[in-house]
Amino acid sequence: MSSKAAPVPAAAPAAQEETPFRRFVAQFAEDRIAVAGLLVFTLIVLAALLAPWITPQNPYSLAKLDLMDSRLPPGSKAGDGFTMMLGSDGFGRDIFSAIFYGLRISLAVGAISCLIAATVGMTVGLIAAYAGGRVENLIMRLVDLQLSLPAILLALILVSMFGKGVDKIIIALVLVQWAYYARTVRGSALVERGKDYVEAARCLGLSHARIVFRHILPNCLAPIIVVATVQTAHSISLEATLSFLGVGLAQTEPSLGVLISNGFQYMLSGKYWISFFPGLALLVTIVSINLVGDRLRDVLNPRLEK
Amino acid sequence: MLAFILRRAGQGLLVILAMVVIVFFGVNVVGDPVWILVSPDMTQDQIAEVSRSLGLDRPIWEQFFHFVGGILQGDLGRSFVHGTPAIRLILDRMPATIELALVALFLAVILGIPLGLFAGLKPDHPLSRGVMAVSILGFSLPTFWVGLMLIMVFAVMLGWLPATGRGDLGSFFGITTSLVTLDGWSHILMPAFNLALLKISLVIRLARAGTREVSLQDYIKFARAKGLSRSRIIGVHVLKNILIPIVTVLGLEFGSLVAFSVVTETIFAWPGMGKLLLEAIQRLDRPVIVAYVIIVVVLFVVINLIVDILYSLLDPRVRLSGAPA
Repeated sequence: MSSKAAPVPAAAPAAQEETPFRRFVAQFAEDRIAVAGLLVFTLIVLAALLAPWITPQNPYSLAKLDLMDSRLPPGSKAGDGFTMMLGSDGFGRDIFSAIFYGLRISLAVGAISCLIAATVGMTVGLIAAYAGGRVENLIMRLVDLQLSLPAILLALILVSMFGKGVDKIIIALVLVQWAYYARTVRGSALVERGKDYVEAARCLGLSHARIVFRHILPNCLAPIIVVATVQTAHSISLEATLSFLGVGLAQTEPSLGVLISNGFQYMLSGKYWISFFPGLALLVTIVSINLVGDRLRDVLNPRLEK
Repeated sequence: MLAFILRRAGQGLLVILAMVVIVFFGVNVVGDPVWILVSPDMTQDQIAEVSRSLGLDRPIWEQFFHFVGGILQGDLGRSFVHGTPAIRLILDRMPATIELALVALFLAVILGIPLGLFAGLKPDHPLSRGVMAVSILGFSLPTFWVGLMLIMVFAVMLGWLPATGRGDLGSFFGITTSLVTLDGWSHILMPAFNLALLKISLVIRLARAGTREVSLQDYIKFARAKGLSRSRIIGVHVLKNILIPIVTVLGLEFGSLVAFSVVTETIFAWPGMGKLLLEAIQRLDRPVIVAYVIIVVVLFVVINLIVDILYSLLDPRVRLSGAPA
């Protein structure tokens, strides 16, 4: 970031020293919609974390489910006496509770796969940029090949090899996504590699690993954060799509996609709520992450700086 | 020029070969499909017989060479489930998918360009902001969710459009299409729109960015100074210039429409090759999976090759830069 000072918001308490982080927060907060997105996303994460304590029913404890309660419209009373605000599905599960539990799985799969993909992609991208030559050529060819095929197609091929299940879907999502990180990291690492501080570090006789991870990597973080945000939303959406198609997570691991898939068969008979509300939860999650990602892109991109 | 085309074609072949190897071994190393094909009351001998008849008892590399030999003769293996050649199955379903993708492409153009043009000409108009907001949503909404909502609103609540199938003439394959009947159109409208949504958003963005850039050019100012009517300036001078990138991108995106049709076809029960792929994955019908992937990868490579060649014809810098990118 340049030394040009961003307007310090009046809300800042006292005259604090301007740190890069504060400036970043202030810039981010200029966009109300992005702040709202962040707020909504925080609430969603909290809801997922606190699911067992704030839902009226544990949708996976078979003892609590009653088939008499199945496919009730929103607002009906369950056999246990609590109100099913969003209705119930074919197994007699309260949709409201199922969504909260489903969010846990969807968010966990999205976050974990992104974390692994980012780590793998970052390492590979840094190696490509720093090593250059044949290694770089080989890696980037692989990246190009992968990015030329649509993610959904690649994911379908991978699940057809691996099968269903949380671990397998995470592996498939990592394999689909690492290339995005690798390309981004290589791009910014190539720029950083030519800078003076890297030359200086090399003159000091620092090891390659130290130069790459302690000096180059921290300076490439901004674009990585942007890609990671967008990719998390993408991977949640991809997992939901696979689960909806019946090739993602199993019935015993009901993410939002599985819930939507379960309700699809009832949709044509007018029982919309079984699919609709989990779908709405998925939508709000993805859109809120994307709003944050869009703003991050604007704030962290030095080329756009005013 | 010839050297350029040959080099590109060579790279394309390499990509196809790599995918064949990856997919064949990937799909065949995991799990044993025999257990899905036999019934539980079969004897050991019968199971071995099934395994032998499908060639599954031989070592994997032998299966691979047999497979590659087959490809060279246009044979991509036989479906375990249907018992017919996999390539026949896919080619039978292909017209339905191509039809869907073409209609989606058409929708993307006739909806995306006018909306993007408008948003580019009047960036501050509230309607433009609305269009841009919708295009952002179009990028982030999962395709299958939009499909569900379309069915819920237009098929279940309003009852305007049928939710599934291909409509009249749908059962005929070959050149027959559902685009010649009204019933066929009512069936294709929702799935095509669903498939097109992502591309509509893309075209809106491209058209808007292009319009804003082109509007500032000298030749537009000159046309205005010359006293040309507004509709002529926009319809001829602006439109013509923003079309080039849009057509290029849409050409490249055709392959991704075919790939994404897996989702749309499943939701709307559209009898295309995407739905076939999904059924094959669920039943572990390996030859069909492998054949589908190979056909789609070939489609991608051919489209990329055509775009590359067209590009090099339009812009000599591409082929003169030499270094294989």
